[in-house]
Amino acid sequence: MWKKHEKFERHSLWLIIGIVVTVSIGGLVEIAPLFWVESTIEEVEGVRPYTPLELAGRDIYISEGCYNCHSQMIRPLRDEVERYGPYSLAAESMYDHPFQWGSKRTGPDLARVGGKYSNDWHRDHLINPRAVVPESNMPPYRFLASQDLDRHAIQAKLQAMRTVGVPYTDEQIANAEADLLAQVDPYASQTSDLRRRYDARVNQGDFDGDPTRLTKLDALIAYLQVLGTMVDFRTYKAEDPENMR
Amino acid sequence: MQTTAAIQDKTPTDVVALFLTVAGIAVLALLGTAFTDDPAFRFHGYIMTALAVVALSAMTIGVSNGFFRSDQSKYADGVIRAGVIATMFWGVIGMTVGVFIAAQLSWPNIFYFPDAGWLNFGRLRPLHTSGVIFAFGGNALICTSFWVVQRTTKARLAGGVWPWFVFWGYQAFIILAATGYVAGITQSKEYAEPEWYVDLWLTVVWVAYLLVFLGTLWKRREPHIYVANWFYLAFIITIAVLHLVNNAVIPVGLLEARSYSVFSGVQDALVQWWYGHNAVGFFLTAGFLGMMYYFVPKRVERPIYSYRLSIVHFWSLIFIYIWAGPHHLHFTALPQWAQTLGMTFSIMLWMPSWGGMINGLMTLSGAWDKLRTDPVVRMMVVAIAFYGMSTFEGPLMSIRTVNALSHYTDWTVGHVHSGALGWVGFITFGAVYCLVPWLWKKDRLYSNALVEWHFWIATTGILLYITSMWVSGIMEGLMWREYTPDGFLANSFIETVAAKHPENVIRTLGGLMFLIGTIIMSYNLWRTVRMPSRADASVPSSTIPPQLQPAE
Repeated sequence: MWKKHEKFERHSLWLIIGIVVTVSIGGLVEIAPLFWVESTIEEVEGVRPYTPLELAGRDIYISEGCYNCHSQMIRPLRDEVERYGPYSLAAESMYDHPFQWGSKRTGPDLARVGGKYSNDWHRDHLINPRAVVPESNMPPYRFLASQDLDRHAIQAKLQAMRTVGVPYTDEQIANAEADLLAQVDPYASQTSDLRRRYDARVNQGDFDGDPTRLTKLDALIAYLQVLGTMVDFRTYKAEDPENMR
Repeated sequence: MQTTAAIQDKTPTDVVALFLTVAGIAVLALLGTAFTDDPAFRFHGYIMTALAVVALSAMTIGVSNGFFRSDQSKYADGVIRAGVIATMFWGVIGMTVGVFIAAQLSWPNIFYFPDAGWLNFGRLRPLHTSGVIFAFGGNALICTSFWVVQRTTKARLAGGVWPWFVFWGYQAFIILAATGYVAGITQSKEYAEPEWYVDLWLTVVWVAYLLVFLGTLWKRREPHIYVANWFYLAFIITIAVLHLVNNAVIPVGLLEARSYSVFSGVQDALVQWWYGHNAVGFFLTAGFLGMMYYFVPKRVERPIYSYRLSIVHFWSLIFIYIWAGPHHLHFTALPQWAQTLGMTFSIMLWMPSWGGMINGLMTLSGAWDKLRTDPVVRMMVVAIAFYGMSTFEGPLMSIRTVNALSHYTDWTVGHVHSGALGWVGFITFGAVYCLVPWLWKKDRLYSNALVEWHFWIATTGILLYITSMWVSGIMEGLMWREYTPDGFLANSFIETVAAKHPENVIRTLGGLMFLIGTIIMSYNLWRTVRMPSRADASVPSSTIPPQLQPAE
């Protein structure tokens, strides 16, 4: 039997074929079914694509490397559900390209941080975390409050998201910049086109305490405030056979 | 180098081709910089243009001075010497960043600068991980693989100037990745943070690396491909596959730095951790096992313990590793069948890992006295011991109930560092301590005493690091799930942060000691290079005695 291994040792082509076949099996068996087994992602009400401002905020969240210390994945364990809220559903990140589940909690989980703190709290905390939470070892993000949000590519971003499968409509893409500005407008109407296009519950207003400017901090707080708020858990039946995986 | 028949007189055509390619890149980078609306992309455009201009200037000087004419009868060792220097250079930088961010978590009021956002933890952490994994570890793998493949095939590296392209192309990748992180250019996939255009560049470099390695195998003058080369080849091929799939993205625009993954949510998570765990399995394990399979037997002058165990070790390791990714996603929204598969294979992985450990350790049979007399051997043996320890700890942590406690905590960080500092770091140090006297034609290292100092300081540093992370990880995991008798959560999150302060400080100290060891090593190597060379400085490859054979 050992003699037969000579084939791999004497012919680099066989060695390459052997390696490629051997390392392909596991990935194919585990990953491929996730794309066609329908129960992988639950059917829930309320998950929508991010508004342009939230998407811009999410890009800042990624750029600043927030995922290095904050998870967005609440596990179905008693203490986590009591600490953070209902456990995370696959459907809640189905428009997250890339996903932001994280792998480390140097800081707390953020999957349901939306609506838990006021915009003012977020602003103060981001500018100087230790002013609000003395024992914190989070970095300060004062510079986000002084930098204007770069929105030159916002329409292209929505378009790219649609290319990878997020169902933005033509109307949403065409009005990306207008919607972005409408969301930080403190005087925007309760029935704005932004809310009509996305959701009646979209948070509108000034986020960073400085209504005269559209800063990176506006976008980041808008993103944080929507996290985990989309699904109405009163309508989600965890015990439903369809949701048992 | 003297003129011999083997030296080419004209500038080789591959150098001309490379020159034109780089010139094309320079023009593209310049145009991209000029026309982009994205400040991040422009920042990188300036760096790409500068790198291309420096490369063109260097090649111009090289061509006019005849540096590219080479003696085909000798091994190509220049690129390996450069690789050793790069390994130590990036090692010191990556570890320094690591100590700095550890200090940030210990003393946030001192080590954060509110007006310098690029020095925040979130931007520096990828710089640390990529710095030590891809810059330090990657350079070590590339240069040792170039040494091993030449010596075990008795052939000069294939591809003329292309090994140098691999080397410098890889440094350019590192520079683009590193500057990108501090500028906030990242796609947020751990250990795969560089954006799409940097990924494309790495793909080009990696294909060149594969071709140089394979081309050398094809030129071999030994009938068998030595076991170390199986591991190097598996590392190169699998990393290429992982890199291409996990970095499948759609850029926002051709002149935009930002891109979006084609996968989302649960699928993206599994693709990422399939990649992430096999970056561990193939970059940090298979590649460094290739190192072990050459440098340990060479240094102790004994054959590999068991040829059959090598075969079983190799195929079972690469087959099982690929399945283990889902253990990073226990209790998440990933379907449970995938979690269970991942856990099962992670536990099975214990066996091939320990098979490899046994094969490495037992190679010392009959030469155990070298543990006392040769600190370099001791370093490699301790590396193998840490490999055994962390490949036991890994399967343990992949069990769902254990993972419920350990996940998201410092325990994971400690586990990674026992593998990274203990296994990857020490096996690399051992290999480099072997290589430097060989490459620079010295009889010995400058100082064995300094190797002893390095060994003991670094080992103590690792122990401080991993024990403090065990304590803080298990403590915070238990504190998160602690209840009062009335049935309320006992601790707020911030109380667990505050409780970890002593362990954070100890970890910083441990990391600092490891860094000091590396600096001592760099000094020792630098003094070694400056020692007078042996007389028999250049041995033609054809006269090199037969190479390692596995024992039957």
